[in-house]
Amino acid sequence: MSGVHVSTTVNGDAVEFVCPAGETLLDVLRDRLGLTGAKEGCGTGDCGACSVTIDGQLVCSCLVLGAEAQGREIGTVEGLARDGELHPLQEQFISHAALQCGICTPGFLVASKALLDNNPNPSEEEIRYALAGNLCRCTGYDKIVRAVGAAAKDLAREAKKTKAKTKKRK
Amino acid sequence: MRYEAPTTTKEAAKLLAKEKGAAHLLAGGTDLLVRMKGGFIEPDLVVDIKRIPATQSIQKTASGFTIGAGVSCASVGRDKGLGKAWPGVVEAAMLIGSDQIQGRCTMAGNLCNASPAADSVPAMVAARAKAVVVGPKGKRTVPVEKIVTGPGATSLKKGELVEAIKLPKPEARSGDAYLRFIPRTEMDIAVCSAGVNLTLGAGGVVKKARVALGAVAPTVVLVPAAARAIVGTKLDDAALEKLAKTCEAACNPIDDKRGTVEFRTQVAGVLAKRAAKIAYQRAGGK
Repeated sequence: MSGVHVSTTVNGDAVEFVCPAGETLLDVLRDRLGLTGAKEGCGTGDCGACSVTIDGQLVCSCLVLGAEAQGREIGTVEGLARDGELHPLQEQFISHAALQCGICTPGFLVASKALLDNNPNPSEEEIRYALAGNLCRCTGYDKIVRAVGAAAKDLAREAKKTKAKTKKRK
Repeated sequence: MRYEAPTTTKEAAKLLAKEKGAAHLLAGGTDLLVRMKGGFIEPDLVVDIKRIPATQSIQKTASGFTIGAGVSCASVGRDKGLGKAWPGVVEAAMLIGSDQIQGRCTMAGNLCNASPAADSVPAMVAARAKAVVVGPKGKRTVPVEKIVTGPGATSLKKGELVEAIKLPKPEARSGDAYLRFIPRTEMDIAVCSAGVNLTLGAGGVVKKARVALGAVAPTVVLVPAAARAIVGTKLDDAALEKLAKTCEAACNPIDDKRGTVEFRTQVAGVLAKRAAKIAYQRAGGK
């Protein structure tokens, strides 16, 4: 199997790797780049544990070839926390105890972030539909849905504060 | 296995044509990678078409829309003009899989994967969609219903690929709709489905109709008898009953864990009636 040389961006950092043509992006992230947040659940795009974003679009990294990452911007759960501070979604997952075994959690976080980036104020129904591609075999969905709703409110509050600050400066 | 990402459709066709081993096309990969991992196929060459500009955009033209073969169903769902012109087609495309799958899967891929249960296909057939096929001998435009010849089989010749899907400009006073039955609310494969596209004439009488059924035969089936059953009517109960009966007569489904022959046949008729009513309303009928 011949190797493919790929230059890409992962969580804002320029990254280069060589991988076999048939290797998935999930395997590249986990085994070549040491980013083990994305998990392999089903390997067939049904469970969402391997969720990442490519150019902002939510995808299952188990159904993407590493070679396809050339020139794209990949976002993983490792990129959610900024400057040592957890993302509001991560904070709310902790305070709502929205995880049991934890295997599905990184995928849920990435999918929830993708949802809130597009729809900052989702209804409960919208949250449930948006997370339909993420399976939690501990069946802890209720707490997850509540945590995402609470994080949306946190983010709205933060956005309001930042807006007020910039207004003052003007 | 080798991976190639050409930047023109011609080059992609050439790569596919000259490959001696198993060559496979990669659009969204949501079917291809699953088949590779399951050991159902062992490609010697994978040709990724997403670096080809012609496959990457939705173009609105005087004659309708051209949807590139690499455009994800999520992008199809975000296109407001397309949603207004062909709501049934867009709804069908958006029923495929989760948000994660939506981010990758494509309508052209859904067509060429050649599943009898492909959600976007009955809606495309009803909408008179055409596939732009590029191969070693040049370009040809083929009605979508001529692409799939059986489960997993297409009429595409070696070296040929679908570059884009063309949807016509909708006629005045027309509307389309797609419905499928699944035992859950989301994330499942159609047990059976129906796509309907209607154009109304004076007084709300159906002037033209196209009815296509999914998952009830080896391929998606266009049912001209079902169209004839409602043309010239205002979708009164007798016409709808005739529509259901003609659809039932066109069914030749399999019996499996997801649905029996009887169930699929009956529900296909029911879905066709309901889809026809939605399409009628969208066309401005009352």
